[in-house]
Amino acid sequence: MKQLTVFIENRIGRLEEVTTILAQNNINIVSISLSDTGEYGMLRLLVSQPAEACKALSESGFSAMLTDVVAVKLVHHFGELNRLTNTISSNGIDIKYMYALQSGEDAAIILKTSDDARCKELLKAKGDFEVLRAVDVYNL
Amino acid sequence: MIWAKEETLSRQEIEEIQTKKLLKLVRYVYEKVEPYRRKMDEAGVKPEDIKSLEDLKKLPFTTKQDFRDNYPYGLFAVDKSELVRIHASSGTTGKPTVVGYTKNDLDTWSECVTRIACAGGAEPSDVCQICFGYGMFTGALGLHYGLERMGACIIPSSTGNSEKQIMYMKDYGTTLLVATPSYALRLGEVAVQTGLNPQTDLKLKTALVGSELLTEAMRHEMKKTYGEHVNVTSNYGMSELCGPGVSGECLELNGMHINEDHFICEVIDPNTGEVLPAGEKGELVVTCLSKEALPLIRYRTRDITRLTYEPCKCGRTTARMENLSGRTDDMLKIRGVNVFPSQIEEVLLRTDEIGPHYEIIVDRVNHSDILTIRVELTPQSMTDDFTELDRIKNKLHSQLRTMLGLDAKIKLESPNTLKRFEGKAKRVTDNRKENMA
Repeated sequence: MKQLTVFIENRIGRLEEVTTILAQNNINIVSISLSDTGEYGMLRLLVSQPAEACKALSESGFSAMLTDVVAVKLVHHFGELNRLTNTISSNGIDIKYMYALQSGEDAAIILKTSDDARCKELLKAKGDFEVLRAVDVYNL
Repeated sequence: MIWAKEETLSRQEIEEIQTKKLLKLVRYVYEKVEPYRRKMDEAGVKPEDIKSLEDLKKLPFTTKQDFRDNYPYGLFAVDKSELVRIHASSGTTGKPTVVGYTKNDLDTWSECVTRIACAGGAEPSDVCQICFGYGMFTGALGLHYGLERMGACIIPSSTGNSEKQIMYMKDYGTTLLVATPSYALRLGEVAVQTGLNPQTDLKLKTALVGSELLTEAMRHEMKKTYGEHVNVTSNYGMSELCGPGVSGECLELNGMHINEDHFICEVIDPNTGEVLPAGEKGELVVTCLSKEALPLIRYRTRDITRLTYEPCKCGRTTARMENLSGRTDDMLKIRGVNVFPSQIEEVLLRTDEIGPHYEIIVDRVNHSDILTIRVELTPQSMTDDFTELDRIKNKLHSQLRTMLGLDAKIKLESPNTLKRFEGKAKRVTDNRKENMA
């Protein structure tokens, strides 16, 4: 599962430049997360065509890159997120960041951890979670 | 290849030439240039008091201020009708510095440049692309005439339009590049962006860089870009002295050989004006022995270096000046600490995660100096991991602290955001001066 990451300096209108380029290239945003340090921000996106989006942004001078992330399907139920974080942390894996998306009945958590491969295995084997493929996420 | 026999004379023979020329020069300026006569009279020195090289230190210094006070032609020793060329320096502060050449001056200048180009690795078979701005600046035409005199082929591409520069380099088979170190690196970046591999798609053999300091870290960066086999040599000059051609590195990379039959170099303590012994670091002072139009006696260059008179392994016996370690003008005093931008550059260039471009900003906030350094991440070090970005920042911060004894604020920027320079890079902004005005 590829996430599009864009490094943006913190100034008025910079985010709009990103969304303009995505709109012009008919790229659909499935989920978005924006974090900042005061000087710069990191825009993390799940989009319909990550490679095309990355290329279009790079050509416009943005620092864009594709990062591997883990997408996990979550049932809308008390304690489900807690069960997920517990499965990860009790196995000594560090969660770097996470964000969510929801569509109708379905919800998903997007994760970046210190060991994505092992995290995926654990979630499937121990937690009985469904790890989503890119195509599943875009079709949620 | 050693171009001229004057580069391999014995110390005694060099000093005989210098003494003869110096005595003639002192009489010449005293007679022809009113400001020199006045200064010498004020100092109580007559031309006949100068009998040997030892006596040089009796003569007053010449400074940039003398050029300003006598703008435009006051320091010239010949009538305007004898001039064949005028050049001028950029003049960031006030009027530009005007320099002039007679026909003989141009000839001597070209000869000096040919020698330093040869020392720096140039050969008559080279195809030389000159990426210095043609015009009033002495750099471009200086190298142009010197390389042409050697028999090399010149591409006078000047500055600007980096994509086209790369096209010339590739299509015309450029083997020698003349540029500032920062522009040479910029061209390397552009080559990569256009899909070329500078090491295999270009035929570059030699880079003669000048007009800016070349630090060892910068040389390393150049070789990393263009290939380990490329000779990267620096050369030295300034428009007041003639332009490029005063001195240049040979392939031993062990200091810049001075054209001593045309220039006498001294190193002084910039505060007391005292001449320092060979090997000690201080301000370079140059006397131009051969110039007809604009003779100069003991010109204070504000450049910091040291001299050695040991013969070099390359076979040349001329004195060498160490690659500059800064300019007395460039020195920043931050919270009482003397900081040379070259020290900061050294730290930045040995850090793999960031690119070679940077900006230094000094502000005064609540009576305290704040040093901010903007650096660029490389495409390889770009990451979406804040922890990693913090690690890079902290690493730079602690290395700068070790080098300077100061805390600097590091701002990471994404690749290709900082300004690129085609001529002399201007990387320092001192906002304290503006606030005081």
